[in-house]
Amino acid sequence: MKLFDDLPSMDHLRSEDMSLVQVIIPVESAHRAVSYLGELGLLQLKDLNEDKSPFQRTFVNQVKRCGEMSRKLRFFGDQISKAGITASPCPASQQVIDLEELEVRLSEHEAELLEMNANSEKLRQTYNELLEFKLVLLKAGGFLVAAQNHAVPAETELVESIYSKKDDESLFLLEQSVQPEPSSKAGLRFISGIICKSKELTFERMLFRATRGNMFFNQAPAGEQVMDPVSGEMVEKTVFVVFFSGEQAKNKILKICQAFGASCYPVPEENSKQMQLTREVSLRLSELEATLDAGNRHRNKALASIASQLWNWIIMVKKEKGVYDTLNMLNFDVTKKCLVGEGWCPTFAKPQIKEALEHASIHSNSQVGIIFHDMDSFESPPTYFRTNWFTHAFQEIVDAYGVARYQEANPAVYSVITFPFLFAVMFGDWGHGLCLLLGSLILILREKKLGSQKLGSFMEMAFGGRYVVLLMALFSIYCGLIYNEFFSVPFQIFGKSAYKCRDSSCSDAHTAGLIKYRDPYPFGVDPRWRGSRSELPFLNSLKMKMSILLGVSQMNLGIILSYFDAKFHGSSLDVRYQFMPQMIFLNSLFGYLALLIVIKWCTGSQADLYHVMIYMFLNPTGDLGENKLFWGQKELQILLLLMAIVAVPWMLFPKPFILRKLHTERFQGRTYGILGTSEMDVDHDPDSARRQHHEDFNFSEVFVHQMIHSIEFVLGAVSNTASYLRLWALSLAHSELSTVFYEKLLLLAWGYDSVIIRIAGLAVFAFATAFILLMMETLSAFLHALRLHWVEFMGKFYHGDGYKFKPFSFKLLADEED
Amino acid sequence: MYGFEALTFNIHGGYLEAIVRGHRSGLLTASDYNNLCQCETLDDIKMHLSATEYGPYLQNEPSPLHTTTVVEKCTLKLVDEYKHMLCQATEPLSTFLEYITYGYMIDNVVLIVTGTLHERDVQELLEKCHPLGMFDSIATLAVAQNMRELYRLVLVDTPLAPYFSECITSEDLDDMNIEIMRNTLYKAYLEDFYNFCQKLGGATAEIMSDLLAFEADRRAVNITINSIGTELTRDDRRKLYSNFGLLYPYGHEELAISEDIDQVRSVMEKYPPYQSIFAKISYGESQMLDKAFYEEEVKRLCLAFEQQFHYAVFFAYMRLREQEIRNLMWISECVAQNQKSRIHDSVVFIF
Repeated sequence: MKLFDDLPSMDHLRSEDMSLVQVIIPVESAHRAVSYLGELGLLQLKDLNEDKSPFQRTFVNQVKRCGEMSRKLRFFGDQISKAGITASPCPASQQVIDLEELEVRLSEHEAELLEMNANSEKLRQTYNELLEFKLVLLKAGGFLVAAQNHAVPAETELVESIYSKKDDESLFLLEQSVQPEPSSKAGLRFISGIICKSKELTFERMLFRATRGNMFFNQAPAGEQVMDPVSGEMVEKTVFVVFFSGEQAKNKILKICQAFGASCYPVPEENSKQMQLTREVSLRLSELEATLDAGNRHRNKALASIASQLWNWIIMVKKEKGVYDTLNMLNFDVTKKCLVGEGWCPTFAKPQIKEALEHASIHSNSQVGIIFHDMDSFESPPTYFRTNWFTHAFQEIVDAYGVARYQEANPAVYSVITFPFLFAVMFGDWGHGLCLLLGSLILILREKKLGSQKLGSFMEMAFGGRYVVLLMALFSIYCGLIYNEFFSVPFQIFGKSAYKCRDSSCSDAHTAGLIKYRDPYPFGVDPRWRGSRSELPFLNSLKMKMSILLGVSQMNLGIILSYFDAKFHGSSLDVRYQFMPQMIFLNSLFGYLALLIVIKWCTGSQADLYHVMIYMFLNPTGDLGENKLFWGQKELQILLLLMAIVAVPWMLFPKPFILRKLHTERFQGRTYGILGTSEMDVDHDPDSARRQHHEDFNFSEVFVHQMIHSIEFVLGAVSNTASYLRLWALSLAHSELSTVFYEKLLLLAWGYDSVIIRIAGLAVFAFATAFILLMMETLSAFLHALRLHWVEFMGKFYHGDGYKFKPFSFKLLADEED
Repeated sequence: MYGFEALTFNIHGGYLEAIVRGHRSGLLTASDYNNLCQCETLDDIKMHLSATEYGPYLQNEPSPLHTTTVVEKCTLKLVDEYKHMLCQATEPLSTFLEYITYGYMIDNVVLIVTGTLHERDVQELLEKCHPLGMFDSIATLAVAQNMRELYRLVLVDTPLAPYFSECITSEDLDDMNIEIMRNTLYKAYLEDFYNFCQKLGGATAEIMSDLLAFEADRRAVNITINSIGTELTRDDRRKLYSNFGLLYPYGHEELAISEDIDQVRSVMEKYPPYQSIFAKISYGESQMLDKAFYEEEVKRLCLAFEQQFHYAVFFAYMRLREQEIRNLMWISECVAQNQKSRIHDSVVFIF
């Protein structure tokens, strides 16, 4: 234990030392101070107005203004993306404008844009109407000509067009061109118009019903798409001509047309008039088109100028909103002249914050300085780990399980190496490892470029974990060299193989095995073993034992970390009644197994370890026979067994009883004490955020909790050790799968003498390697490594019930998605 | 097969039930209402609502806000949710969901017909229609001159057609006729919906029959109170009551001959569930009756969520959301007109 005390302090293992601080800011410098704090990004202010609804807070008007501005900005963004302008954020124009100016400018831009939109909308509507009119003229004219040809001449005289009641300005030019002849007699008349294709069927049916079948409906597709004024989308339309008779029918039909949103346009009877009208309409159309184009160009120019600034403005408004949101969390002091805020900051950052606050009070010419001081705190501070580009991803992996309790041992420190390593044990193939390495190197080399742009969700994940992938790839290469697999093919890199075949044809390698004739292969698995009789049994035995060794050491590391935690928090109770029995229990059973494995490897003994372990429980005093590995094994086994049995009640019973004793001792004779202390509290420090809650000691709860904990540990020791065998299982699956792809795909295809089959085989092999082995297997090995860390390793010591330090920072604010 | 829905319900209905329960947990809470009641301007309301599920619907509205915009956007959210559920639903749930909209359809038909009678612009009327009760040819309603035309031209294509069989007359439309038409349609609709739910069986039938019976009884009371002092005869009045519900048949007989509100009250007090409603209202008062009925309805609708594996939750959710929108409308009206003291007059809390 002395050894542990002398170790250097382990800064990386613990989260930053946090302190609860109070800032008292005069109102005049509040805004500047908070924005400086935002630039610094190291202070997390607590919401002191939680009971107030958002609109009752002090700076609600400013927040509203920011909301309004961001609405305008969203509107601009919408318009810009609709117009198809690619916003090129120009960082050059960094002229500083303040919020008021921005607000004015934004509303100017909005008014301008709205006006332009309205104008172009009007023009567009006119244009559409003319376009529709043209279509009607073209199509309906055809019907009329056909109708005239078929109709009796006497009747044709009576045919005349009716004006639709539409008094749009687009029709003014028509008024002089066609005058309806007064219809003296009820004859056959017609109405022509245009309607959405989707509504046409119901329209016809409705007309039929309304006129009781006394009408003739002619329709033809318009051929061109027309913009719908409501949705702004292009829709298919149909031109129709309805022939009918009678005044009442006309009214009805016009009403129905109106109800269906069909636009009616009058078409003159004679061909010559039609031609003339068509010409006029076309002329006007081309004029309008020119006007519209000009308007669009103008609008696009305006939008482009906005687009260049849009990003800066968005950031600025976001920052302002952040500042006011933060200011809203502060409390007014009694005099209403100062704002009071409480919050957490890392202890190391105090001088920086002080400096920033001083700058703020100087820059805003405040008479009174900003007060910044420490407070006592009784609640648990937030957890803040300083990470860098490399450790960030690993910390994220740990945080995904749960954020560490304040100053709890941080498993991420160990995960940096153990995580990629355990992954590699399952993914051991240096060919695949090289592929991964290549991928991660591409990501890392293009870090600058990729970091600035938005990626898809999958790429985002791969990019975020690029350094994890890099380490995983390096370890995969290392493990692959040990397993001696390159896309499942063994290579003789480190010297000559120690084995040779029994005869020159080597036909009995599968059945009889090989002969050893020289020193063992210096590094990793002997390449000659591939395909030999002893390949699988040997590799299985190796990987299985290796898994157990790795597992037992990682679990031991977990328990040792729980010791450091207990020591750090000064809880000797946990050391004595939790750490010690746990250590003894695990090591007397599985530590012993690990020891046996090492002895077996060193001595080359033939002992059956299953047998040893099983009979250690079933028949501890029995004779070991040929399974004896060392002198005194039987006695040692009995001793270990007894220790393991003792360890179980040791971790179960004492702790809750001692806790109860401590509790009753603490409260003995406190009957008269409570009043005194509470008074003293008030006198002591009225400023401190002291929220003392009376902890009730519930013995049965504590006992049940301890019981669950102990049972979980005892059962977990067995199941977790077994769980590490997944290292072996996945590594076996990986190597077998890649062997299948290599032998059954590539070699099979290579066996043919045709180029096409060879290329096809190669393609399928490459595809299977890339998608199944490199992507799916990577994912599965990653998940299994994740599980081993979360459950088997972190379960031994990690609480993970803390909360993250979320400072008010402009940098985080800008990254936030909106 | 009552009691065995649990075996098979989730095959088709599980996803949507989860969805609707999720939506339900998005209803405004007590503290939300508390905060809303303290708002000073409509912008405050918008700000508060932006923190709720209504946020995305309101955030792009320019700032001088109107009550109508708030209501419109909130309704839009309900419609979006309804449409999503309808798209996902399979038979018979999709039919059930469609049944819910028929009520809105009847209201829209009546609105348009009344509007045209008073020579309003059709487009303006269409904007006022509830979006859930829209159908293709709704605008054509303006063409019709009498009931027969109304039916033959337009409604024959809509699901409301079968309900129309009782009110096809050649009489010209007037206010009284339209009101009778509305109630006849509603009666037929409620009865049809009731039968449909009975056919579904199980918990749906049980809960829906309770909810629909309450609806029918409430309508019966409203018809009675509104027709007091009009030229509607007793028999005509009797015809407008739905043929189910707690009041059917004896209560209806008594309601039909009631001549003033206190007689209605004495009829209703014979029925224990309605006794409590009328106990809240002093004699001779009918103003607060609506609110009392709404409160009772909300209570029943909330209870529908206590049971699982049935369709009544969809009905209940739509109704609750509608009530919430009514509340929001009332609150925003009060805030907009500086009548904050009257907020509590008409808000029915949903918890």
